[in-house]
Amino acid sequence: MNTTTIGAIVRGDREVFPPYLYEAYQSTRRRAPTLPLIDVPLTLSELTGPGPAISAITPEDADLTRNAGTGGEAIGQRIIVTGRVLDDHGQPVPNTLMEIWQANASGRYLHKRDQWPGPLDPNFLGIGRCLTDANGVYRFLTIRPGAYPWKNHPNAWRPAHIHFSVFGPSALSRLVTQMYFPDDSLHSIDPIMQSVPTEAARQRLIAAYDHNVTEPEWALGYRWDIVIRGPYATPFEPAQFEKAGEAAQ
Amino acid sequence: MSTFLLAASQTVGPFFGPGLLRDGACRNDLTEPQTVGERIRIEGRVLDGDGAPVPDAMIEIWQADAHGHYNHPADSGTAPSDPDFTGFGRTGTGEDGSYWFETIKPGPVPFDAQQWQAPHIVVTVFARGLLNHLVTRLYFAGEPANASDPILGYVPDERRATLLARHETEGATNVYRFDIILQGADETVFFNV
Repeated sequence: MNTTTIGAIVRGDREVFPPYLYEAYQSTRRRAPTLPLIDVPLTLSELTGPGPAISAITPEDADLTRNAGTGGEAIGQRIIVTGRVLDDHGQPVPNTLMEIWQANASGRYLHKRDQWPGPLDPNFLGIGRCLTDANGVYRFLTIRPGAYPWKNHPNAWRPAHIHFSVFGPSALSRLVTQMYFPDDSLHSIDPIMQSVPTEAARQRLIAAYDHNVTEPEWALGYRWDIVIRGPYATPFEPAQFEKAGEAAQ
Repeated sequence: MSTFLLAASQTVGPFFGPGLLRDGACRNDLTEPQTVGERIRIEGRVLDGDGAPVPDAMIEIWQADAHGHYNHPADSGTAPSDPDFTGFGRTGTGEDGSYWFETIKPGPVPFDAQQWQAPHIVVTVFARGLLNHLVTRLYFAGEPANASDPILGYVPDERRATLLARHETEGATNVYRFDIILQGADETVFFNV
């Protein structure tokens, strides 16, 4: 299922980032820009960003099995999802805000636009957030989301996934993506996942089952590291602000 | 090339609202009573290639304070910083594709050792159907510094108007209107950053 248009408009690395127009994912057809993105030198406006300034969270935010505030626990296979946020030189990205959202165990989102007949779980909101620690490590306790149908094409089903939003140190490192689970037969027929242009890049969106993360008598463990752009690793030379960059080290 | 393979972007999808726009995460109003600067209101709509509203987009903005200082450790410039201004906003679009922010007009920020950038706000768009976010800039129509802004200089003349927010007055409020057109005639300029 590769319908990438030749000469497609892509942001950043063509080996990694999907094109804006990916016809198998129908919603791209009227929303993808048709004119090339304009290359510009990086300035202080892009080499800064909100990441370091936003950090309002509580520890409970990282436990999606209990953060509905009902006193009850979400139904489903309890899982731990943990990993590191790294820049593209492998350096940990500490103290960065991670926000996640996901369907419940039946594959239903708590959202007015999600009306398929998967049952809602009154004890599950499907939203969480945390900050990475000094080593760039994040950790969520949640339940494994279900697959769900969508109307993109006949009998379309999205593989189980968790949405992630990551800020990082600069506007360049901003990332919204999705984490998938290993050994899911729906990967190969999901146009959103298949929009990622290379197998290597698609594999990077799949978490690994990790028995060392699994806690006995409690929860299965998955590990997923996320690599985001560092402030200076770009195809464009930040000719300006080398001084500002040094000051930021 | 990157040493480590980057994580690919994926669409924000249609169901981000409860998580990303919850109380405290949605930031329409960037100002505090003590914030320095000229109050402005930004209003606009996000439209698709058919001119139809995009009701499930999220907009984030990032801007300098009124002195031209970014609330970020990489801004080591000499401008004073406003402790009552973060410079980050986030909101979702309504059923009619509309969005708004209350903020202050940013000061000019440096481009390099010699040149300045005109006052501008970095605008990032996420939506169902956008496999990557889109980055653009809001400039202020009528601002004399636009003529010498180095980044606007990279934009073809005939497309620059898509980056200029139009000034309107509604009573005592300074409104700047900035529509974001994802596709088609008058498609907004987006940057490869």
